[in-house]
Amino acid sequence: MSGSPCVNIIGAGLAGLSAALELSRMGISSNLISSQPSERAQSVMAEGGINAAMDTMGESDSVQAHFEDTVKGGVYIGEEDSIRGLTQNAPAIVKELIALGVPFDNVNGRLIQRNFGGQKKKRTAYAQSSTGKLIMSALIDEIRKHEANGLVKRFSHHGFESVVTDDSSCCGVIIRDLFTLKAYELKGPVIVAAGGMNSLFPGLTTGSVANTGDVTAYLYSIGVKLSNLEFIQYHPTTAAIEGKRFLITEAARGEGGRLFVMEDGKQRFFMEEKYPELGNLMPRDITAREIASQEGGSCLLDMTHIDKSVWNNKLADLRGHVKHYLGVDPASEYIKVAPGIHYFMGGLYVDRYHKTSMDGLYAAGESACRYHGANRLGGNSMLGALYGGRTAASSASENLLSGPSDDIREVGIPYEYTDFSVPQSVAEPLARACAITRNEETMTDALRELEELDPSAFTLKDRNRLLLSEAILTSAAGRRESRGAHYRTDYPERDDTNFACRSVIAYDNGHHCLEFDKGKYL
Amino acid sequence: MTYEITVLRRKTPEDLPYEQTFRYEARTGADTVASALININRGSLTDVNGNKAEPIAWECSCLQKKCGACAMVINCIPRLACDSVLSAVAADDRIRLEPLRKFPAVRDLICDRSVMRENLKTITAWIDEEVSLKDDKDNILFEAGKCLQCGCCLEVCPNFYAEGRFFGMNAMVPVAGLLEKLPADKSRRLRKKYSKHIYADCAKSLACHDICPAGLDIEKLLVNSNAIALWKHLFK
Repeated sequence: MSGSPCVNIIGAGLAGLSAALELSRMGISSNLISSQPSERAQSVMAEGGINAAMDTMGESDSVQAHFEDTVKGGVYIGEEDSIRGLTQNAPAIVKELIALGVPFDNVNGRLIQRNFGGQKKKRTAYAQSSTGKLIMSALIDEIRKHEANGLVKRFSHHGFESVVTDDSSCCGVIIRDLFTLKAYELKGPVIVAAGGMNSLFPGLTTGSVANTGDVTAYLYSIGVKLSNLEFIQYHPTTAAIEGKRFLITEAARGEGGRLFVMEDGKQRFFMEEKYPELGNLMPRDITAREIASQEGGSCLLDMTHIDKSVWNNKLADLRGHVKHYLGVDPASEYIKVAPGIHYFMGGLYVDRYHKTSMDGLYAAGESACRYHGANRLGGNSMLGALYGGRTAASSASENLLSGPSDDIREVGIPYEYTDFSVPQSVAEPLARACAITRNEETMTDALRELEELDPSAFTLKDRNRLLLSEAILTSAAGRRESRGAHYRTDYPERDDTNFACRSVIAYDNGHHCLEFDKGKYL
Repeated sequence: MTYEITVLRRKTPEDLPYEQTFRYEARTGADTVASALININRGSLTDVNGNKAEPIAWECSCLQKKCGACAMVINCIPRLACDSVLSAVAADDRIRLEPLRKFPAVRDLICDRSVMRENLKTITAWIDEEVSLKDDKDNILFEAGKCLQCGCCLEVCPNFYAEGRFFGMNAMVPVAGLLEKLPADKSRRLRKKYSKHIYADCAKSLACHDICPAGLDIEKLLVNSNAIALWKHLFK
């Protein structure tokens, strides 16, 4: 077979599409591999918006201010060189999305932006409260063009099995057609854009159940390094529905929603009392902890004072979804809210070029760890996915195989059914120990419980998920301080002397090897 | 509340389908077909006759009607499993689940909907020009960007079949957005394709409008696109 060198992208959400688009623009072929089509990606669920310092609202916003807010939001352990690139490129990325036809909210063609948590300026571009869906639709159209011209080959309904290595560097991937259940080998470098680790926290996350974290878990099991696993973002305002947490976007507060508890028959707006400057829009970690610390978990969100025009123009779809799933009309009733797991700041350890610790293997989006430090700002995830995807693509383009690589070979690997959630025997101790507040005792207890499990009763995927769960607990127990989303009752203070840096964990010879890596890395 | 959930099953596309019924004890009034399938698969997987069963194959992702993955035929009506509360869809406490029937069957409740993506390629659903921000006062761009590509509209359409020239509303909706984005002199190609693959064979039953799980105003989008594709450019 003849053909041209090709890059394999695992995941067809925002980061994967961004990588495929970048490669297409360079004239490089890519295989876009995903268990379900792009319309099913978690990215379509992103609601609030995307940050870019474009200063459309006359508030003297600047790239420097976006940079500083992101570094501060991540409590000084996000990688500053990368955050510089992220924030500098943000305005151009949003302009590009506009050129692709994303219908961001605007007034007579002039972009408008909204407030989001952890930021003092109106910096978040949005399309009502379905920003992710609208960005995805535009990117899917654009990628379709490159499918038609032959540069992008889609493998929808194909799951990831493993990477192919040659002398410990990655030179291909094994995928499985989830319709026929046959497995195939594809050659070329691999970009992982497979999202967060929702399978480990069944029922507790706001995201897609298809984002299992299985790619990350597998890569960890073969020695690829992970970073900052202890930082799990609890979104302050979610509600339990069947099988998951229902997200009430930060835009609800960006547009004026107020958090309160009832005390003696009166509303007490605890966020506004305690944090007069940012109030309800404090960073997510702080807001989530404040909500969790209210007695009896009785926090309510008041949006009843919001203007009719805002409901109709900016929050119509949010209102519809809240009515449908919670049976409450937020324009006239309060919504009961509690924090839920929303984002994994940690993931595959990548350098500024989005290379992982394995040659030929790259990562982007939520499955990678680079920009968000100890806590991600609202509006920075889609930005990070788009910027990370294209950065990874550009790096992978320098590592193409010399020969043709678009031949596909069937390989005989037996199929094993695995549920999209880890067994309760793993999930329960992990959730208990990785709660919004943590301490040594619950974490070491949970680790011991996991170590006592018999992995031979598990499928291969569940064995890898168990290892990943242990890695998360090991990282969280090792960080003996409180920072961002990682809050410990036994170490409530930030410890910059020992921990102002990323954690890095590797699985080596049956051991979880954790280090706190203070060195700069490119 | 206990429900009897009957699933139309097959292991491979070549197999003849068979029915298997499971008894499911709803945990709350909010239990949906999606949560029932999740719990049945995690449970003992024994059918009403006491036979061991294989896990039921189905697709899901967001579980809150934002992704379209879990579209299936539920008591004869195509809808999203995550949007189907058991008590609301059951008839005499019985629920019958089948895959969408307009697409090739794959396994159990999974069917191969890739014809929808292929049709969007054939109709050239993309733009070649950069566009600028536009005041979307009729919400055309916004609604057109929200199609889930679930396939429910095709299931109820009297005109759509998988190999046909008519592509159905899952193609119309994205193209409606593209036609609205583009200036008239840049949309010639798309207008032509639209006329051939949408306008020509749509008999306007509008069953799609009523069934759409995303609640899209398909009639509005259709009227708007028909106007752009067929005559609006003549009056510039």
